[in-house]
Amino acid sequence: MPEITILKRPREEAVITQRMFFKKTARGKVIKVLRERYLRDDISCGVNGCRACDATAQTVLSRSGDTTHKGFPTGHYILPDTNVFLAQMDLIESNYFTPPIIILQTVMEEVRHRSLPLYSRLKALTTTDERKVWVFYNEFRSETAIVREDDETPNDRNDRGIRKAAEWYNAHLTLAHPPIRGQPNVALPKVVLITDDFANRQKADKEKIPCISVRNYVDGMKNSDQLLDLLSATGSDEVEPTRAVAGRTALYADYLPMSTLVAGVKAGQLHQGHFNANQYNYLEGNVPVPAFTKAVLLAGRENMNRAVQGDVVVVEVFNEREWKAPTDEVIDQEATLKNDDAEDSEEEGDDLMVHEHESKALRAEHTKKAPAEKQPTGRVVGIIKRNWRAYVCHIDSTSLTSSNATSLGLQTVFATPVSRLLPRIRLRTRQAPSLVGNKILVTIDRWEITSRYPEGHFVRTLGKAESKEAEQESLLLEFEVPYRPFGKAILDCLPPEGEQWVVPPKSAANPEWRDRTDLRDLIICSIDPPGCQDIDDALHARRLTNGNIEAGVHIADVSHFVHPETAMDNEAAARGSTVYLVDKRIDMLPALLGTNLCSLRPHVERLAFSVIWEMTVDAEIVNVGFTKSVIASKAAFEYGEAQLRKDDPKLNDNLTQSIRLLNSLAQKLKAKRMAAGALNLASPEVKIHLDSSESSDPVDVEQKALHETNSLVEEFMLLANTSVAKKTQESFPQTSVLRRHLPPPPTNFEKLQDILQKRKGLKLDVSSSAALADSLDKCLDPKEPAFNTLVRIMATRCMLSAEYFNSGSVSRDTFGHYGLASPIYTHFTSPIRRFADILVHRQLAAAIGYTPLHPSLHSKMHVERIMEVVNRRHRMAQMAGRASVEFYVGLALKGRNEREKEVTEDAFVIRTFRNGLGVFVSKLGLEGLVMFKRDTQFDAENYTISVPSSGIGRPDVTISVFDKVTVRIEVEKDKNTQRGRVKMTLVSPVDSRAL
Amino acid sequence: MSSRIELLNAGLLRSDGRRPYELRTLAINFAPQGTADGSVTYSHGLTQVRVSVLGPHEPKQGTRRETFHDRATLNVEVQLAPFGVGERRRRGRSDKRLLELAASIKSTFEPVVQTHLYPRSTIDIFVHVLQLDGGLLPACINASTLALATAGIPLFDFVCAISGGVYGTQPLLDLTTVEENDVPSVVVGVMPRTGRVTLVQMETRLHMDRFEEVFRVACDAGKVLWSEMRDALRERTGDLVDKLEAGPGMVVAKETET
Repeated sequence: MPEITILKRPREEAVITQRMFFKKTARGKVIKVLRERYLRDDISCGVNGCRACDATAQTVLSRSGDTTHKGFPTGHYILPDTNVFLAQMDLIESNYFTPPIIILQTVMEEVRHRSLPLYSRLKALTTTDERKVWVFYNEFRSETAIVREDDETPNDRNDRGIRKAAEWYNAHLTLAHPPIRGQPNVALPKVVLITDDFANRQKADKEKIPCISVRNYVDGMKNSDQLLDLLSATGSDEVEPTRAVAGRTALYADYLPMSTLVAGVKAGQLHQGHFNANQYNYLEGNVPVPAFTKAVLLAGRENMNRAVQGDVVVVEVFNEREWKAPTDEVIDQEATLKNDDAEDSEEEGDDLMVHEHESKALRAEHTKKAPAEKQPTGRVVGIIKRNWRAYVCHIDSTSLTSSNATSLGLQTVFATPVSRLLPRIRLRTRQAPSLVGNKILVTIDRWEITSRYPEGHFVRTLGKAESKEAEQESLLLEFEVPYRPFGKAILDCLPPEGEQWVVPPKSAANPEWRDRTDLRDLIICSIDPPGCQDIDDALHARRLTNGNIEAGVHIADVSHFVHPETAMDNEAAARGSTVYLVDKRIDMLPALLGTNLCSLRPHVERLAFSVIWEMTVDAEIVNVGFTKSVIASKAAFEYGEAQLRKDDPKLNDNLTQSIRLLNSLAQKLKAKRMAAGALNLASPEVKIHLDSSESSDPVDVEQKALHETNSLVEEFMLLANTSVAKKTQESFPQTSVLRRHLPPPPTNFEKLQDILQKRKGLKLDVSSSAALADSLDKCLDPKEPAFNTLVRIMATRCMLSAEYFNSGSVSRDTFGHYGLASPIYTHFTSPIRRFADILVHRQLAAAIGYTPLHPSLHSKMHVERIMEVVNRRHRMAQMAGRASVEFYVGLALKGRNEREKEVTEDAFVIRTFRNGLGVFVSKLGLEGLVMFKRDTQFDAENYTISVPSSGIGRPDVTISVFDKVTVRIEVEKDKNTQRGRVKMTLVSPVDSRAL
Repeated sequence: MSSRIELLNAGLLRSDGRRPYELRTLAINFAPQGTADGSVTYSHGLTQVRVSVLGPHEPKQGTRRETFHDRATLNVEVQLAPFGVGERRRRGRSDKRLLELAASIKSTFEPVVQTHLYPRSTIDIFVHVLQLDGGLLPACINASTLALATAGIPLFDFVCAISGGVYGTQPLLDLTTVEENDVPSVVVGVMPRTGRVTLVQMETRLHMDRFEEVFRVACDAGKVLWSEMRDALRERTGDLVDKLEAGPGMVVAKETET
């Protein structure tokens, strides 16, 4: 253990060791600050075998320095000034930059003061083994410590300190190399001050300290070719470390008063809409408004004016001459702003460096765009409603001032939201070090005009990043899925018998049997995906004596258990939908109902709501009836199982015949639907194989297999939904719950049409759904079977999403379902997992006179309100499910990356950017981004980029949309945020790592 | 801005150039203060306190009922000079922080001062904080020990106090204000001859595994302080003894000798 000593300091030293100054706090209080320091003689110079310094100290600098530089043949060490680290960090970090570096404490502190991220990089540099970097604590060494003089700025003082240290070092080296008698004096290595500050160089020259600018230094190096590229242009003389803190300047314009906004929107001068951030470019967003067919573009931070994804904003549209086209470049917030400082931006209004980066990113590539691509451009002038909530974030570890785990100090740090659509949030916390590497919940509190980033506060920790629990919870929070367990009031609404509940014996006395048809003898079976627990539909079919076929769809009678205006009903309405994650299901109804009482399990009697058709052999509907019923399913199949049974010629029992009958009808129904113009859309769907239910480690990803029986079930569900929709709409024209899919505006397809035309010479007719279905069928590439699927996926993205609506609220001619080419449609078949279906069940029950309709379902307002919630929940549930799949795909990839040397997959290019490619890996259903370090030859007209090929002298390789490429997929952990990211790099036609 | 200061850098130097186990410079001045029986101006780094000890004397009118028939009572009062602390603000007599500080000092010295020798009397310890840069309580205690000793009040032992903290896993001794604001800290007062501990105060959370190490280092540091304080006291007593023995005539003789 080191000795405990008292450092004695003579009183005379107090002049240079003590400091007292006054400081004004943000609140205007004046604080007296006392500082002292103890000057020492045991600070080592770090040169090997230096006789003047403590011999026991560890040293890293070689005795003769670096002799490879042209300008310093006798050997040298470099001593960079602060501005070198601030502007030329990439150069210093390069592996080609090998001279021994002396970093002064003054420099370290200045860098720390200016930019913490840069400071962390600098610190990382000092700890790497292969680099010869020595940190010299000049402020604590008695010979090199200096005091700021009266007329000196802090910057000048630091410069003087740096020069003094350089001077001392050169003198000190003569001590380290004492002349040896009898030998000629060896030429001594020099310590060279490197600075881009012209005044500093002048002064150093005067004091006879060797000094040089960065460019001149690099010019003289032996591998200057590689290094000159890394030299950043900002390294000019004007970078002044430690500027005096300016007053707070406004970065954004103030919002207009609410009354002006409302009046402006009413008068049509201003436009109101939801703000959508661009996930590829954080400096761009758009606001779809009714007045324009294209969304209003907001380019740049100032024009977005503090709007956050989802806010309801009011925009002012610029004069048409100033309209722009969206950028075709990927701008990553983390990359562009990685050197921005959490505390700095609090005080300093405009940071030159950030500004420069951003304006470079936003540079005027708009000029050469065709006018057709320009879209209305404007700026946000006010916010009607903030839609801020708690966001799942990571702490950016480079923004930490102190990574010491026991630190109790208040720190300002950046929290980076998981969603790419959100800006970084500034956070003040005392527990920052312990939060690093965790997923945390942060809410935004305010966004001042003087602050570049919104300010927020810490809510709670979700857990370690990448742990399944934390990821799952963060997913649910991110998509606002209510996932708390059901409360007592809700569980009290369940039948008191619980698991033991059964359908009572048939008698008129039992209310369950009132007006119910007894269908227990029918050969009914259910066909569901593997592992399905909440079976809400079952089917049957049989031949009638008149030659027609009777087909029935039986849906679990959830409305028998869930009564309107009960706690359970309210909860289900709030949840809206069951959410399926890969390894978890968030139920809309308590599990007792979902997986037991309402689940149409085989061999038990269950209450059902049946739709029974009489059809001709050609699947023409003769008659349709709706009835509440009691059924006893005879079997529960998985899709594959049912398929095998149907195809097995040896089996000929009633059940199999029933399935075959259903199948034949389904095929005819499908053919009719297709003829009517239904779209066969595709979405990337993959299935995650889990190791076992306990460990839930993903093993592999594969695309979902589709059986004929999938289509069988689907057709009958569609038919049931359509039939029910007709019935309820007839009975309750004002308040029936329906579902529609609006035809997409033709402008949505413009881009896709253009790409197809230019790349493949294919035409896409979007005049009607039938025409679209036809032309989609013709989008074929004989060499590439997956091409058609890709086009379908891209076409799907151009469409609007389907929505629930109240029939009384919109005009009759907009009821249609575009994708299904059905004039009317609703959701009836999954009441266990969708709330809309429960409402439809209630309405249908009223329509057939089983029960009177609950008064709430007579109210247009009420139904509309529920529809709004249900639509949102439905969308969120889909997104959460997709995100969950994505997370597991990531995990599976990580596993594969560990097992195999590298994972490469075929991918299609779906977008081109100036500096990257958007690709789609169909095998994994994964969309990704390949980024190039430098710009490529970009042809926006033809969606083509030209990339220099790897071989020298060979022509550039062009890559365009729809090209098939091979990508290497890695899962890389972001160093700062601990966020696992899928990173793709191009393998063929060129290796993008070389770019 | 204090978060911008690196408390312990990679070279294991603290923000003021000390190494973790180095204590700040000490200055002890025994110049008499008014009518006090014993007084000390004690500066430790930039922290400076002045302690005057009065007594033992008869309790003042009105405080009689607080006296004990078998021992003396300690009366500790702490005042903070308005210019001494960061924020200039008037602190009344009933400032809770100061009352607590006084109570800590009192309870530290109650087992150390041989109060049973002075039944029904009072010993006053008046502490004036002149300048503050961390380690207030240790400075007050060390200064009080010295002041009590110069006042000729019998003590069982010295009390040497020091603050200790942990930065990461590295124990630090003698914290400055900047360090106190950031790292968990503990104040330890030891009686160096017996090795007994009369004071352990902790206002922050410190991990159990670290506590033992910090505590042990702080106890050792107390002994280092002891030798310093003892030397200062010896020197002063030596001076006094010299002067007593010499008398006015001898001073002249001494001068002629040299």
